[in-house]
Amino acid sequence: MKYAVIKKDDLTKWLEHLKKKAKLYAPKKKENLFVFRPVKDVNDVCLEYIPTILPPKKYYFPQKEKLLRFSIQPFKTAKAISEFEEFILFAVHTCDIAGIQCMDVVFRDGPEDPNYLNRKEKMTIIGIECLKYCDDKANCTSMANHVPRGGYDLMMVDIGERYILHINSEKGERLVKGVAYIKEASEKDIAHLERVREEKKKIFKEELKAPLREVYEAFDENFHSKVWEDVGNRCVACGNCTAVCPTCYCFDVLDDMDLSLNEGLRYRIWNSCQMDDFAKVSGGEDFRKGRDLRQRHRYYRKFKYPVDKFNRYFCTGCGRCTRTCMAGISLIETVNSLLKENAAKENSIVP
Amino acid sequence: MIDREILLEKMKTSPYRPMKAKIVEMRMFTDKEKFFRFELEDNINLTHQPGQFVMVSMFGYGEAPISICSSPTDKGYLDLTVRNVGTFTDKLHQLDEGDVVGIRGPFGKGFPIDNMFGYDIVIVAGGLGIVPLRSLIRYIMYNRNDFGNIQILLGCKTPKDLLFGNETKEWQRRAEIKFNCTVDRADPDWKGNVGLITSLIPGVDLNPARTYGVVVGPPIMYKFVIAELLKKHIPDHQIILSLERRMRCGLGKCGHCQIEGVYVCQSGPVFDYSQIKDFKGECHEKAG
Repeated sequence: MKYAVIKKDDLTKWLEHLKKKAKLYAPKKKENLFVFRPVKDVNDVCLEYIPTILPPKKYYFPQKEKLLRFSIQPFKTAKAISEFEEFILFAVHTCDIAGIQCMDVVFRDGPEDPNYLNRKEKMTIIGIECLKYCDDKANCTSMANHVPRGGYDLMMVDIGERYILHINSEKGERLVKGVAYIKEASEKDIAHLERVREEKKKIFKEELKAPLREVYEAFDENFHSKVWEDVGNRCVACGNCTAVCPTCYCFDVLDDMDLSLNEGLRYRIWNSCQMDDFAKVSGGEDFRKGRDLRQRHRYYRKFKYPVDKFNRYFCTGCGRCTRTCMAGISLIETVNSLLKENAAKENSIVP
Repeated sequence: MIDREILLEKMKTSPYRPMKAKIVEMRMFTDKEKFFRFELEDNINLTHQPGQFVMVSMFGYGEAPISICSSPTDKGYLDLTVRNVGTFTDKLHQLDEGDVVGIRGPFGKGFPIDNMFGYDIVIVAGGLGIVPLRSLIRYIMYNRNDFGNIQILLGCKTPKDLLFGNETKEWQRRAEIKFNCTVDRADPDWKGNVGLITSLIPGVDLNPARTYGVVVGPPIMYKFVIAELLKKHIPDHQIILSLERRMRCGLGKCGHCQIEGVYVCQSGPVFDYSQIKDFKGECHEKAG
């Protein structure tokens, strides 16, 4: 079975079923926004949502993760987590799945990170395809993440009365197999899916003013640019953009002592390259002094460096950095300004 | 070799878990710099390359990257020299012989010693730069006949700031290496050169095609020393330097040490000049 279908009315039943299989996380409304939360009441699960405040990153790369248990006297160290829990991420957008794929590449790259990989092994991803834009902040089409491109176990697509499920792994198959109300998809269902995809092409248009290759070139050519000064002038260095980014993974290491002051835990906690001491050494030299340099660094870590290293853009197009920015810095506008500046520069070169 | 396999296995299964390292010897070099000798758990040898670094842990205080200043040919112990600059290093300075810290590593790429076989070597050390270079110097002296002429140029602020006092005297005495030292400001007892380290380079007699220039010092020093070495026509890839950056993991993940797209903890800290000269802005050590 490659495709299955489930009636929308049966969805809560299936969620109850999934809840029994493993720890289940799904999007839920929080005031006027959305968040991923452990599912308590399946009726709270929200399938139509704009990207959650934080990406599901918090479950496979926790904000504060135990690395090590230690004691000073006698000197002893031990693994802080002996067993990782099975969990299911439900209704993940394709942009966030792309984010998971980026993180996989980073943490698999040697030396491998066992904490991440152990968690990842216990993770099942059930995606959901967006059929309309969440809002005007997203640039998923330019990043080619508006359609599923692997990285999930099951992918749900709304085809009217029912969801069609693309089964992409054995793990995924196990979650639909033997469930009475999930049936194999008919040819009609698959035709319906194709119609939905055709319809989608009319809605989703590239948001950046040039194809990705040109975006890359604009980055390559404009390391020194007024665009970065402008962004730096507005940035307040709060670090929101990096916290909400599904592909930001920089961290700090922190020791936490218990009351005995002899035993404690070593954690890794999310850190942001936007903080002013991020690249400062103890001698006082700061290698990215200034908000303009630090913002530039963030953009280059999405559109340039990972492309060179992993042949992969680390912007997923989710639009979170734009949505969260207190200073109103928009990723689409920034990239478009850079493209504009690059075009102007090229035109000014008289042969 | 077995030691190396044990270390690689440790790195693979629990990269964040430090080994136990006991302080067996220590002494103050200056008011701020202290020398430590450690023995690692199970008497393991670090089997590092000169120029690599370790992450030193003191539980409750955290971790810091520190250059190794002993040579892999020094068996049974590991030397570090640490300047007291903050909370972590201050605590480290307060430890006593017999106290224990954690060590992870070795990390990064060291000096390209295999490529340097048979070449003449000019070592330029400024201030604390002598610390990682001591590892290289000891390695070279142990394998002396693998290398051509060796010249060491050492610069520091005042005679009081000179590190490895007894060893530098020995380097000065030995016939098989040329050793030159300069201070920015002399005191009445100082009989040597006075002036910046760059002032020593024009006087060095070298054959550029056959020479490696190895430079370690504060960021500002690189610019001027590299410019002098380039004036001597040493090829870019034979100018070797080691860069200091903030580091938290040593595994090419935490992001602090990044220069543009490069993680210094994995691709460095040792680079040759051809690798850094195209950096566009975040490498303050670049000449010009």
